[in-house]
Amino acid sequence: MSTSGLEDLYREIILDHYRNPRNRGSMDVPPSQRIEAYNPLCGDEVVVYLLENNGVLEDIKIEGQGCSISQSSASLMSAAVKGKTTEEARKIISDFKKLMSIHESRMEDTKDIDSGNANNSVDSDDTAADGINENEIGSADDAQMDVDLDAMGELAALQGVVRFPVRIKCAILAWNALAEGLDEIEVSADHPGTSK
Amino acid sequence: MKDATTTTQLDVEAIKQDFPLLSKGFHGESIVYLDSAASSQRPTCVIDTMSGYYNYSHANVHRGVYKLAEEADRLYENARMAAGRFIGAPDPAREIVFTKNATEAINLIAYSWGMHRLHEGDVVVVTEIDHHANLVPWIMLHEARGVELRVIPMRDDYLLDLDNLEETVDGAKLVACTLMSNVLGTIPPFRKIADAAHNAGAIVVADGAQLVPHAHVDVQELGCDFLAFSGHKMLGPTGIGVLWGKADLLDSMPPFMGGGGMILDVKFEGIVPAEIPTRFEAGTPPIAEAVGLTAAIEYLDKIGMDNIIRHDTELTAYTIESLKETFGGDITIMGPDTTENRGGVISLALKDIHPHDLAQVLDESNVCIRAGHHCAKPLMRRLGTSATARASFYLYNDTSDTDRLIEALAKAASIFG
Repeated sequence: MSTSGLEDLYREIILDHYRNPRNRGSMDVPPSQRIEAYNPLCGDEVVVYLLENNGVLEDIKIEGQGCSISQSSASLMSAAVKGKTTEEARKIISDFKKLMSIHESRMEDTKDIDSGNANNSVDSDDTAADGINENEIGSADDAQMDVDLDAMGELAALQGVVRFPVRIKCAILAWNALAEGLDEIEVSADHPGTSK
Repeated sequence: MKDATTTTQLDVEAIKQDFPLLSKGFHGESIVYLDSAASSQRPTCVIDTMSGYYNYSHANVHRGVYKLAEEADRLYENARMAAGRFIGAPDPAREIVFTKNATEAINLIAYSWGMHRLHEGDVVVVTEIDHHANLVPWIMLHEARGVELRVIPMRDDYLLDLDNLEETVDGAKLVACTLMSNVLGTIPPFRKIADAAHNAGAIVVADGAQLVPHAHVDVQELGCDFLAFSGHKMLGPTGIGVLWGKADLLDSMPPFMGGGGMILDVKFEGIVPAEIPTRFEAGTPPIAEAVGLTAAIEYLDKIGMDNIIRHDTELTAYTIESLKETFGGDITIMGPDTTENRGGVISLALKDIHPHDLAQVLDESNVCIRAGHHCAKPLMRRLGTSATARASFYLYNDTSDTDRLIEALAKAASIFG
C-alpha cells in the first residue's frame, strides 16, 4: 500500500467512475429486478436493476446518489458483472468481500443496516461510527492476500477503502443490492442447478 | 445578550491549555476540532472534579444518613442550583430535573405532559429547522394520539417564516422550537414565537442544546415554559441533561419513569409519587456527571457567556468571509448570511463534493468536521440534500483553526477538481 492512505482511497480509477459512472440508468420492472440499498447513516443510496436471462446477467443499470466511494463502487461493480453468469457474479461478490476484508458474518451484519432494519444507531449523528471496527478487520491483510488482485481488474482500485473502516459500508452498498438481486433471481427462476 | 462593548476578547491560547487534546494533540498530532455542535471537549478541571468526587466523595444520593452520603447529596443538589442559576430559573431546587441528555428531557415532557394532556385533534407546533430530538417525540405523539402537527416553515434565507405565526399557533396546546439550529446556526426570534404561543393558550418548549452552551440564556427573558439542554455540549460530561420547567407545570405532571427515588410510598394497589423534581428522577441519577456539570458551569461563568457568543460570532464572520474569498462561487453556505441571530455553526458545500468525501479529506489534515444529516432529516429534505458538511466553533477555536480548515478544503477541491 502507498504511504498516503488518502491517495490510496481516492485512486484515479475511482474518481473516474465517480465522475463518469458506467451503466447509469434504469430498466423496466419486470422483466428486470429492482433492488434498493440505503445507508441511513450518511444518506448514500444505490438502486440496482438486473436483467437476467438463462443464468446470464444480460444487463445491469445503476441509479442513486452518494459519496464517491459508494457511487464508484456501484459503477465498477456494474462493469464487472455485466454479461457474466449469476455463478460468476457470485464469485466476484465473494472476491470483493474478501477485498473488503469482510467475512460472511460481517456482510450479513451490514446488510441489516442497508435494508434499514438496523436496531441500533440508525439515527446516529455520526456518519458511520458503529459497526466494523479496527479489531474486526484485524486480519485485513490476510484476507486481502487471498484475493487475486490482477484477476479483479479495475475493482482492485477499491482495496484502499479497507484502511478507512467507516467507508467500507459505502463501498459494499451496491454489492449488497446485487447479492439480494441474485437471491431473488434464484428464487423466482427456480433453476434446479443453482441450489447448493 | 448584553451589549458587545461590555465583553472582552477570549484568550484562546490560554483556553486551549485547559484542554489536553487541543494543546497536546491527538496521538501527538495537532488537531483542529470543529465539531462542538455534536459534542464539545471538556477542560481538565471538569475531569479532575469528577475524579475527585469518585475518589473521595461518592455515595448514592437521597439514601444514606452517614456523612459521606450527605456530602454526595450536597454536591448533587449544588449541581441543581448551579444549573438553575445558569439559566435564570426562579426556583432551581424545584424546577431543575436531571436527565440523561436534552433528548430525554424533551421526551419527559412529551410523555409526562403530552401523553396525559394531549388528545386526538389537539395541535402541536414544531419548526422545520428543529432536529430530531425536538421533532420525533412530537411526531410519536401524532402517531400514538392522533395529535395534529403543524410546522413553522423555513424561508429561503434560512430564517423561520413567521408571516403566518398567529394562524399556525392558533388553537395549539404546545409549541416546540429550538433556540438555535444545529445545522444552519439560525437563532430564531424565540420570544416572539413564545408570546404568540402564549396568546393562543399554548405552552412553549425551548430546545437549548445548541444555544445554552454558547450564550447567556435566561428562561424568564425567553418566556418559555420548558427548557432542555445537555451537559456534553457545554464542556460537561456525557450522560447528563437538564430539564427546566415552571414549577406549577411540573407539579401538575405525573411521573415519567417509575422506580426508586421518585415515590413517597409504594403499595401493590398503587404509588404515591414524590414531590418535584425528584418525581422525575427514577433510579440512581447521574451524580458524578452532575458534579462535573457544576465544574463546567463554573468554567463557563469564569469566561463569561457574553464573551463566548461574541467570540463565536466573530469567528463565524471571519470564517464565512474567508470561505467566500478563497472559493468564491464554489462554496455554498447553508445558513443566514448575517452575523446577527446566528451562532457558530457553518453548514457548507464545496462544488459538488459529497460531504462524506469532504470530511474524509479534511480528516487527513486532522480537521474534524461532521458530515451527515445531523439528525435533522426534514431540514435536509427542505435543503434538497441528504447530508451537509458542518464546521462548528466553541471558545477553544480561533482563526488558526479556520485557516487550517480552508487549507484542507482547498486540498479536497484539488482532489475532486
